[in-house]
Amino acid sequence: MEEWILKVDHVSKQYRLGQIGGTTLREEFERLHAKLRGREDPTRMVGLGDGTVGEPFLALDHVSFAVKKGERLGIIGHNGAGKSTLLKLISRITVPTTGWIGLNGRVASLLEVGTGFHEELTGRENIYMNGAILGMKRKEIDEKIEDIIEFSECSQFIDTPVKRYSSGMCVKLAFSVAAHLDSEIMIMDEVLAVGDMAFQTKCLETMSDVSRVEGRTILYVSHNMNTIRRLCDRVIVLDHGKLVHDGGVEEGIAIYMGAQERLSTCMEYGEFHERETSEDPPIALKRLEAVERESMAFERGAVVRLKLFYQIMRPATDIWLRFELKTAGGQLVGTVFSIEKLRFEGSKQTVLVDFDTKHLAPGKFCADIVAYRKDGLGNEELIDGVFPGFRFEITDREPEDQLIWLPQYWGPACLHPLQISVEEGSVS
Amino acid sequence: MASEMEEQGRMEQQFGTVITSKRRTLSLHLRETLQYRDLILLFVKRDWTAMYKQTVLGPLWALIQPLMSTIVFTIVFGNLAQLTTADTPGDYLLPEFLFYMIGNICWNYFSTTLQATSDIFWENGDLMDKVYFPRLVSPIAAACSRLISFGIQCGLFVLLWLYFLIRGGTSIRITPMLLMLPLLVLQMMVLALGCGIVVSSLTTKYRDLDMLVDFALGLWRYACPLAYGLQLIPEKYMGIYLLNPVTPILTTVRRAVFGFGFFDLRAYIVSWIVSLAVLLLGLVLFSHVERTFMDTI
Repeated sequence: MEEWILKVDHVSKQYRLGQIGGTTLREEFERLHAKLRGREDPTRMVGLGDGTVGEPFLALDHVSFAVKKGERLGIIGHNGAGKSTLLKLISRITVPTTGWIGLNGRVASLLEVGTGFHEELTGRENIYMNGAILGMKRKEIDEKIEDIIEFSECSQFIDTPVKRYSSGMCVKLAFSVAAHLDSEIMIMDEVLAVGDMAFQTKCLETMSDVSRVEGRTILYVSHNMNTIRRLCDRVIVLDHGKLVHDGGVEEGIAIYMGAQERLSTCMEYGEFHERETSEDPPIALKRLEAVERESMAFERGAVVRLKLFYQIMRPATDIWLRFELKTAGGQLVGTVFSIEKLRFEGSKQTVLVDFDTKHLAPGKFCADIVAYRKDGLGNEELIDGVFPGFRFEITDREPEDQLIWLPQYWGPACLHPLQISVEEGSVS
Repeated sequence: MASEMEEQGRMEQQFGTVITSKRRTLSLHLRETLQYRDLILLFVKRDWTAMYKQTVLGPLWALIQPLMSTIVFTIVFGNLAQLTTADTPGDYLLPEFLFYMIGNICWNYFSTTLQATSDIFWENGDLMDKVYFPRLVSPIAAACSRLISFGIQCGLFVLLWLYFLIRGGTSIRITPMLLMLPLLVLQMMVLALGCGIVVSSLTTKYRDLDMLVDFALGLWRYACPLAYGLQLIPEKYMGIYLLNPVTPILTTVRRAVFGFGFFDLRAYIVSWIVSLAVLLLGLVLFSHVERTFMDTI
C-alpha cells in the first residue's frame, strides 16, 4: 500500500448564496417577523444572478484525490472552479461540508502579498512574525534567518519598516520565509504573479529543488501554464467544483484550455476575479463583447473592436490595460499594452478597445485582460484581471502570393515583413 | 456520514491531521496553542510596537489616560459630588486620588482587554482567511499585550502608594493580602477574556454586538464601585450588587493594597465562579465558530 501524505476524500463544500457577509440582529428579527406573517424575506438580496439567496452552492463537489510525498501537484481551473476553496480546506482555514481530508505533517501556505506582514515592523521582525504564523519556533527562525534574508534579496532594507517596501520586495520576503520552513506540504496560490521574472525563475527552481532533494510536497495553483509545466509533475483540473482530470500535466492543460471551446462573442466575468491589490480595487471588469462580429474567428490582420464593460467602485484615472496573448495551448505569444491611461470616472461603464491582430498567425488564441497601475519604481499593482478574458481564432487569408502559415514551424506570431532593397551603386 | 468516512480513512492509513465537518463541543487545541506561544509573544510585541510607533510620547500614553480620568474623578466625584470612598464603616484616612487611581487602572485593563478580544475575528479576518494558526492565539495575545500597559500604570501607582506609605498620615498598611494581587489580576484577565470571546464568537454572526460593547462597558462602569465606595450602596441591595463579578475584584484589590476595606469571601468565590463560567462559555462558543467563521465573515 502506498503512503499518502495528503488524501482528500469525497470533499464537498457548500456555501449559501448571499450569505457571504455577517448579519445583524435587526435583520434576523425582520426575517423572523416576515416569516411569521408569511411575507417575503425583506433582507433578501435581489439581482444576484439566477441563484436565489439561501440556495446552496457547491464550491467543491465530491472531490477526491491523494498526493504522495515529494509530488508537485498543479491545480488548475477557471476562476470560480473551486481552487482557492480547496486550498482553504487543506490549510485548515475552514472545514468541508462533507468528506474528509487527511494529512501528515505541517502545511505552509505561501501568503499573499502583505498578509501577515505588519507594516510598522521591520523586515527582520516580520520574518519572525511570518515564520511564527506559519508555525515555526523562534529557535528555528534564528537558525535560518541569515539564509532567509539572503534569499529574499532584501538584506539592504532588512531593518527598514515593511511599509517602505515595494510589493515585489514583500513577495520575496514572504516567499523566502515559507521556502525555509520545514513543512511537509507547501501551498502556493498564484503568488509568483508579482515579483520580477528573475525572482520567479529562482523561486521555481528552489521549489523544484526542495521537492526533489527534501521530498517536500508542493501544491501549486496558477493560471500561468508555463510555470505549471516547469514545476509540476502532475495536475488536477477543477471545473465548477468537480474534479475533471487527475494525471499528466499536458493532458490537464489541454482539458483546461479546451474547457470553454465555444468561442462566444460575449464573455461574462463572474465575481471570481484574481485580484492582488492590497486595498479594494477601484474597478471591476464585468463583460466583454466583440462589436459587430458574429463570431470570434477573425481574418488575419483584422482590427477587432471590443467593448469592455466595467463597474466603477471609485473613480480612477491612472489605470492601464493590457492583453496577454497566449496560444490555445497556453504558450505565451506576447502582450499588447494600452497606449494611454484609462479614465474611469463619471457614469460611463464601457470602453471601446481596438485590438489589432496584424502580428498573429492563424490559430487559436486566448487573451488575459489585466488592468493595472504602475508606480514610480516600475512596479505594477494589479487592479483586476480576468484569466482568460476572451478567446478567438485567427483564420488565414486567401493566400495571394504568400505561403499558407504553418504555425507548428513558424510560431504563433508573424512579425513585420522583411524590407529588402538593393543598395544603389553596388555592383551585382 | 463524515465520521464513517473518517473511520474508513483511518483503516487505510493513519493521518496526523484529519479535517472533517465533525464537531466536538470543546476542542480547544490547547496543546497546539501552547506550541504557538512564540506567536503569542510576537503578536504582543506587534500590538505594542504598532500602538506607539511614530508617537512622540510613546508608552507614556499608557499613563496619561488613567491619570486624566483619575483627576476628573477626583474633581467630579470627590470634590463636587463628594461621594464616599469608604468600603466599610469606620474612620480610615485614604487619599482620594489613590482610591480613584487603582479603580481606574483595574477597570481600564478590564475594559480594554474586553474590547480588544471582542473584535478579534473582524480585526484579524484578513490573516485568518489566509493561514491557519490556533485561533485562540489572538485573544490571548490581546489580553497579554494590554497587560503591559497595565503594568506601566501599576508602576506609577506603586510610586504614589510608596510616597503615601512612607510619608504616613494615612491608614494604608501592608498586609499579607498583598500576595493575593497576582490572583486578582489573573481573575480580571479570565473575566475579560471570557466576556470578550463570548462577544467575538457572537459577532461572527451578529455584527451589531460590536457596537453594543462600548455602550455596555459604559453602563457596566457605573455598576462598579469605581467612583464611590461600597458604603454608598444600601444594605438591602448589597446582595444583588455584589453579583457583579467585577465588584468583588475591585474591592478586594483595594483591601489588598490599602490594608483595610471590604472583603467578603463568599462574594469573592462567587465572582471567581462567574468568571470561570463565562470563560468556559466563551471557549465553547469559540471552538464552535472558529472552524467555520471564515465562511460568514
